[in-house]
Amino acid sequence: MNFKLILNIALHLLRARLKQTVVAAVGVTFGIAMFITLVSFMNGMNDLLDGLMLNRTPHVRLYNEIKPSENQPISYADKYKNNTNFISSVKPKDRGKAIYNCKSIIHTLKQDKRIIDVAPKVTEPVFFNSGTIEISGVINGIDVLAEEKLFKISEYIIDGKVPDLLQNNSIIIGKGLADKMLLSKGDIIKVTTSKGNLASLKVVGISQIGIADIDNTMCYTSLMTAQKILGEPTNYITDIQVKTYDINNSPALAKEFKEKFDLDTIDYQTTNSQFETGSSIRSIISYAVGIVLLIVAGFGIYNILNMMIFEKMDSIAILKATGFSGSDVKWIFISLSLVIGLTGGVFGLIFGYIFSSIIDVIPFNTAALPTVKTFPINYNPLFYVIGITFALITTTIAGLFPALKASKIDPVEIIRGK
Amino acid sequence: MSNKVLETKKLSKYFYDPVKFQVLNEIDMSISHGEFVSIVGKSGCGKSTLLYLLSTMDTDYDGQLFIKDELITGKSDKDLAQIRNEKIGFVFQFHYLLSEYNVLKNVMLPGMKLNQLSEAEIEHNAMEHLRTLDMQEQALKMPNQLSGGQKQRVAIARALINNPLIIMGDEPTGNLDKKNSDLVFDIFQKLTLEQKQTLLIVTHDNDFAAKTNRIITMQDGRIV
Repeated sequence: MNFKLILNIALHLLRARLKQTVVAAVGVTFGIAMFITLVSFMNGMNDLLDGLMLNRTPHVRLYNEIKPSENQPISYADKYKNNTNFISSVKPKDRGKAIYNCKSIIHTLKQDKRIIDVAPKVTEPVFFNSGTIEISGVINGIDVLAEEKLFKISEYIIDGKVPDLLQNNSIIIGKGLADKMLLSKGDIIKVTTSKGNLASLKVVGISQIGIADIDNTMCYTSLMTAQKILGEPTNYITDIQVKTYDINNSPALAKEFKEKFDLDTIDYQTTNSQFETGSSIRSIISYAVGIVLLIVAGFGIYNILNMMIFEKMDSIAILKATGFSGSDVKWIFISLSLVIGLTGGVFGLIFGYIFSSIIDVIPFNTAALPTVKTFPINYNPLFYVIGITFALITTTIAGLFPALKASKIDPVEIIRGK
Repeated sequence: MSNKVLETKKLSKYFYDPVKFQVLNEIDMSISHGEFVSIVGKSGCGKSTLLYLLSTMDTDYDGQLFIKDELITGKSDKDLAQIRNEKIGFVFQFHYLLSEYNVLKNVMLPGMKLNQLSEAEIEHNAMEHLRTLDMQEQALKMPNQLSGGQKQRVAIARALINNPLIIMGDEPTGNLDKKNSDLVFDIFQKLTLEQKQTLLIVTHDNDFAAKTNRIITMQDGRIV
């Protein structure tokens, strides 16, 4: 088949109906541009919100949960082994919050190829003393460098620097706490632990995560400082946080570690299940809107091609009489449709990019997200590939039916009708 | 090898709408190379129907059709299109020029479809044909800038572009006045005499038919 000639004929037919062609192409352009803008914006937003959780949440967390023993003493007694035992008033067992043998567990985890890194942590509820008032809070003793590497805590520090935590007796406090106690960088804060130990710490920074409940209680110190104020030895660790290369693998890893180390584990998916749902629904909505716009554009193309075939009956008849087969005629109209789809689609991508760039510079200041200054946009090239593919598929389908109709036109009927 | 360009064996055709009706009744005919044949008959006698069967555009018939001793009946749409492109030139009552192309491109189009010569060669041939028809000055005009007679001459040039075995005409002078009719007839006459071009023309113009080599008269679906 002579595609050059077919394309040439298609282009001439298009030029004869330039106005309608432009309208049809603008329909596609609009659809694609909206699709690109929406998807980029929605995904930018998703990334931002995911990042908020993802950056702050370990993929797998190993800890000791306070819970009742699964095997109560009676189940060890041979005499009652085959009985059904009812025990009332069971109390949880205190195994201690500390992870037993944590150094070797951390060492083993660090050898694991699937794991990026491990950050040990000490979590302890404390009271901050401000005059006669006690404010409850939580101290996170962190391995400063590992924590920064895995969870990028510096992004949430609005005053001060993370490495300052390496100094002895230093603390970074949440913005809510700082506001309540009128503290700023360089001030001294008094801390009482649940065991009654008292310590004075120097505020070296203020953090703001954007979730008020956390900002009102959360503080960071170094592991060493935390162990010291609790009066515990340097192997006292309450949490081991793990980041994996493949986040989808974390439920499996959590299960594996639970059995291997005899600890409680929780994976990212379980912690943030409601979050995942939100992200996927946002994606579905943006894709649905884009597809609907394209279908509307497809109907426009269908209409215009149908009209064109009606107008060009004579031309189709003579083309067939002079040796163009039905499939040649079909391809003329399909390429017509493809030309509309391709030009409309390419302009759609360009406008989509322009619209995204405009949204990207619109200021977006919110107390919840201190590091974000403008609306987030995700410029993933994949969206553009999907966009142009959609454009070509819908226009081809829209063109296919008129094209098949044109290919079936009987030239004899038209020529005899004259 | 026989000299027959076109041959039919027991060609019959029915119309089914509104009632079954036999338009053509076992037509046996043949046309030899270089003949200038006209088909005449009253309207409704089936002469146009016969032409469209011979043209391969209408495939709904009984019997057999041969072009250059090759059986055409039963070939695929694609093969038939190829045969029309290569071996048959058409001139209709209406010119059927594509309004998007200029005169030259209109003439070139079947040649481009055949795709055996380069574009420059096709253009050269097209100009030659236009020149013999005294239309070379109108080559770059659009069809809507031409008169009826001129358009018909362009249509003839288009029919000639692939040097067809046979040119078929369905009332090619039906829309033209006497002067232009004579002009078109002279062109046809010249083609048979000078280039031994085979021609098959359906007409109801008895003066026109009288001047051709052979007249086939039809009545009620039969040749008489």
